[in-house]
Amino acid sequence: MSAGVRMTAPGSAPLLEVEDLTMRFGMVTAAEGETVTLSPGEFVGIVGPNGAGKTTFLNLVTGYLRPQRGRIRFQGRDITGMRPAEIVTLGIGRSFQIPQLFLSLTVLENVLVALAAAEGRTLRPGDPLHRPERARAGLEVLQRFALADDAERPASALPEGGRKLLDIAMAFALRPRLLLMDEPTSGVSAEEKFVVMDTLVPVLRAAGVTAVFVEHDLEVVRRYAGRVLVLDAGRIVADGPPDAVLAPRSEA
Amino acid sequence: MNREASAVPPEAVPVARATGRPAAPAGRLLLLGLLAALLLLGWGLPRWLNFLLTLALAKGLVVLGLVLLMRAGLVSFGQGLFFAAAAYAAAFAIKLWGVREAFLLLPLGMAAAAALAVLTGLLAARYRAIFFAMLTLAFSMVLYGLLIKAYPLTGGSDGLRVAVPTVLGYAPDPQRARVLVYYLAVGAVAAAVSLVRRQAGSCFGYLTQAIRDNEVRVEYLGVPVRRAVLAVYLEGAVLAGAGGVLAALAVGHVDPNLAYWTTSGEFVFIALLGGAEGVLAPLAGAVLYEVVKAYAFKYTPYAWQMVMGLVMLPIILFLPSGLWAPLERRWLRVRE
Repeated sequence: MSAGVRMTAPGSAPLLEVEDLTMRFGMVTAAEGETVTLSPGEFVGIVGPNGAGKTTFLNLVTGYLRPQRGRIRFQGRDITGMRPAEIVTLGIGRSFQIPQLFLSLTVLENVLVALAAAEGRTLRPGDPLHRPERARAGLEVLQRFALADDAERPASALPEGGRKLLDIAMAFALRPRLLLMDEPTSGVSAEEKFVVMDTLVPVLRAAGVTAVFVEHDLEVVRRYAGRVLVLDAGRIVADGPPDAVLAPRSEA
Repeated sequence: MNREASAVPPEAVPVARATGRPAAPAGRLLLLGLLAALLLLGWGLPRWLNFLLTLALAKGLVVLGLVLLMRAGLVSFGQGLFFAAAAYAAAFAIKLWGVREAFLLLPLGMAAAAALAVLTGLLAARYRAIFFAMLTLAFSMVLYGLLIKAYPLTGGSDGLRVAVPTVLGYAPDPQRARVLVYYLAVGAVAAAVSLVRRQAGSCFGYLTQAIRDNEVRVEYLGVPVRRAVLAVYLEGAVLAGAGGVLAALAVGHVDPNLAYWTTSGEFVFIALLGGAEGVLAPLAGAVLYEVVKAYAFKYTPYAWQMVMGLVMLPIILFLPSGLWAPLERRWLRVRE
């Protein structure tokens, strides 16, 4: 991490620069010349029809897929072709459309493992996971995500909305500078959607996390995103504030 | 992947918690009591039972390491590789360099196992499930082949004699040496048990469980999964190495069968018999296995494998988490 290059004062330099990103799976084009720059503090919604390449975009940026063409720079550093574990330690977190949890552990333990990972201590056989300071920090994270009451329950006992939040809480526990969220409100009932977002967004803003979220519900995007990227067939076909990019409310 | 993970049966949840938390004082007391019993048994036992127990403890060490792998979701069908490599390392040291000190032979065997684990682990850590199992099996069979063919060095299928060891410079007569090796095994097991118990509640212990649950998430926590798998693999190998040296000293002989797949299969058998959780299950499983095998061998010398199979069948059918594990869960369970 010491090699990370900070070119200018934070706030002015771009956080993420994606250039000409291209990925094809056989005949399917999942990304085609995607070029976009994110600044610190932005809240960006990604919308588009199924198969437009929204998840592929997250997979490419986090190193799960290696792009066939193009470059990705994070805080000025080229991260193209790095493995997810390496990219995550540089400060990019990610949550998943289907929550990726440790279902045999408790809700708290899920976050504690994330905290231990953030400390770089997961390979230590002598460091108790439930160390008091760590447990306190873990509970604090759960409190912010309204999961503290479920701390001692097995993660497998959480309802879908809780799983979504825990999934994001684990990524958040790593203190990322950039958080990429894949459909944070999918699989959650219509009323619960705003509850999830109302819990999430203030926490991320308070921590100064730059966020990108894939979302199908345009109402959610309109309300929480400051900028919208529209993807279609792997191309960024629109990029701008929600009012300018999305159709007027009556048509939505 | 997520679908699969949610198929974990509900009873698996308290299991994870019981193995994860630091044990209650009652658990520690039980363990100390068992240790005291093992120490006392060193004097009173008849020779054959002393030998049987030593062998069971040696194999218990191997299975303890195997169980660590199983908690990370990996089953090795090739722990015989490390068991045999360490046993032969000890035999070579005695034969070639005249080293007879048990406290040198033990770390030497463990180091040999560790070196082999780094070599094979770089490849094995890339694979999972049946592919991992088959690869480990293949590695062990390669060693078996080498041991059989390298006759001038290894004595081929006859194997090598392992002389009576000295202990801290003391050269006992063979009868006393047997008891000393037993105590060496008890000491090694006590050390291993305390380390493994400490690890269960540690960051690393939870990480292995996390890897079994969901590797994608582990990677996205910034932890290179392969390195963690390699670490558990190495740990299992070192424990198997310790077991191998102790078995060689107890038997007084090594032969290629130590690396044969049936030996590795025996370790998996014991792991299933005892149950893949806790720290005592593998040891209890090993003792039970050796006792059943001894009697099966005595009364049905030509069909003892069938008897073992008949013992295993109801356990797999009715006690899928093993014989000992449900007891251990009750006694050593943590309450806060």
